Amino acid sequence: MDVINVSHLSKQFSDVNAVTDLSFTVKDADVYGFLGQNGAGKSTTIRMLLSLVRPSAGKIELFGLDLLRHRKEVLQQVGAVIERPDLYKYLSAYENLLLFAKMSGLRVQRRQLMEQLEMVGLAERAASKVKTFSQGMKQRLGIAIALIHNPPLVILDEPVNGLDPQGIADMRNLILHLSRHLKKTVLVSSHLLNEMEQIATRMLIIDKGRKIIEGSVNELFDPAKTIVEASVNNAALAAEKIKQSQWAGNLQQVNEGQLVLQVHKDQLAQLNKAMVDMNIAVTGFKPGHSLEKYFLSLTGTNQHVAAFTN
Amino acid sequence: MWQLLQIELFKIFRKPRTYISFGAIAAMVLIVQIALKFDGQSYIEFLLGSLKDTLDIPYNTILNGYFVCFVVLNLLLIHIPLLIALVAGDEIAGEANMGTLRLLVSKPVSRTQLMLCKFAATVVYTALLLAWMAFLSLVLSIFLFGTNDLIVARSNALEIISRNDVLWRYLAAFAYATVALTTVASLAFLLSVFADNSIGPIVSTISIVIVFTILSELQIPLYDRTVKPYLFTSHMLGWKGFFYLKTDAEGISIPGTIENLPAVLKSMSILLAYIFLFTCSAMFIFKRKDILS
Repeated sequence: MDVINVSHLSKQFSDVNAVTDLSFTVKDADVYGFLGQNGAGKSTTIRMLLSLVRPSAGKIELFGLDLLRHRKEVLQQVGAVIERPDLYKYLSAYENLLLFAKMSGLRVQRRQLMEQLEMVGLAERAASKVKTFSQGMKQRLGIAIALIHNPPLVILDEPVNGLDPQGIADMRNLILHLSRHLKKTVLVSSHLLNEMEQIATRMLIIDKGRKIIEGSVNELFDPAKTIVEASVNNAALAAEKIKQSQWAGNLQQVNEGQLVLQVHKDQLAQLNKAMVDMNIAVTGFKPGHSLEKYFLSLTGTNQHVAAFTN
Repeated sequence: MWQLLQIELFKIFRKPRTYISFGAIAAMVLIVQIALKFDGQSYIEFLLGSLKDTLDIPYNTILNGYFVCFVVLNLLLIHIPLLIALVAGDEIAGEANMGTLRLLVSKPVSRTQLMLCKFAATVVYTALLLAWMAFLSLVLSIFLFGTNDLIVARSNALEIISRNDVLWRYLAAFAYATVALTTVASLAFLLSVFADNSIGPIVSTISIVIVFTILSELQIPLYDRTVKPYLFTSHMLGWKGFFYLKTDAEGISIPGTIENLPAVLKSMSILLAYIFLFTCSAMFIFKRKDILS
């Protein structure tokens, strides 16, 4: 079942096209990574999914319902944290949670609210004013607010922004918990690709408001397309030797003091040995086996997209 | 809706800023009361001007709780808009500034409902502020100065209102003042929709009130006919009409009457029309607004 179905979505602010003809689907129980650099159009898209921003064109369906026509029914099934969760600083964590629970139409007992605060590790600070909270604590309270009405879809916009390493790890575990144990569909946006690599099942990468590529992490992160940057003393000579070997088809690029090859992840050791056997003086061997390199190559220039997808 | 209104009231009355207004009114009323308690005679002599030599009314009779309340209303109702704008201008812009607006609007509540409840909460705040002012300026003044006939200075005469005929006039005046100040609140509310920081709408509201008040007070015939009748500030002091009595053929005031009730009602209708216009505009614009804060 499609939880989110976006078709030909566009948003124009004055003379700026924030999102252009964007289409994607999020399926039930996906952890859907929504990736892009700052200003790529992620937040605008998420705001359109939450009816904060009106699309200039296109259609949004959540749970099979048109968002604009069935706004209230749809939003009852969505919990969201949009960018940093700024809450009422003059109210306590408990009061903030109570207030937003009521806004979601819930009649909650104190016990339920305390359980929710317990889940995000804030039960002991329930009575503390939010102005005394760290960014990580605010983020956790934001999550508690997003989940208080037990929505099947959770939307998190840049949830790890401003968090320390422990906070990032906690957030990662929480997202995995939501997906694996609570069976929620999660749409999470970020520009921190290493984090997405660890949690997402499917991904969409956008740049300048346009879709670059969409697919499962396994498809996008094909081990057969691992990029290796080998630092060598004499790149031209080393390239000649490679071209005369069985690795000729793997050579992608020759830079000053560096060769770039594309190989299967399992062939890395074999390639390293082969280069040594060919008397190539290798001073560095860096497999570009990270989603970040992939992401940067995609958003850096579309030529790389063609190279990847061919 | 009721729950949403409760939430909005809860937020307003948990905000420390809200109590600045209540504190400021208490301070201002007490300052006036202390001044009149210790040097009321000088003030009354100043007020009566040359009349003090011809009138044979003991100053102790003039200086009573009703008179003090009238003085306070005259002095403060011009300044209260600032305190109203402080909260009303913060209603939307303050939420945008805090970043909570996006959280509110992404909840399953319609924008129209949200705006209606926010506006209703602002009206409740305005009414409570005036009730507080009424308590201090009327109840406390009666306690401190006692009651007697109310003497009101008009441009060409003195209006003497029997003590038995005063209280209902104050109730009507405070009700009118609530409508007048709600007009200011609705203006601040409208301006709040456009801003992401509450300073802008607060300062803009005060600036508009000041400019319009100056225009309302200018004695220029061209403006008298073309501009003044349409400015809401020209009607904000309409509450004074409740203290002007009809007179009989011999020029004696008739108790229980109002000199020009249709004019008072017309002014109130104009203020209500402004409230409707400002509030509907705010809702219309907010409904179509992209929340980017």
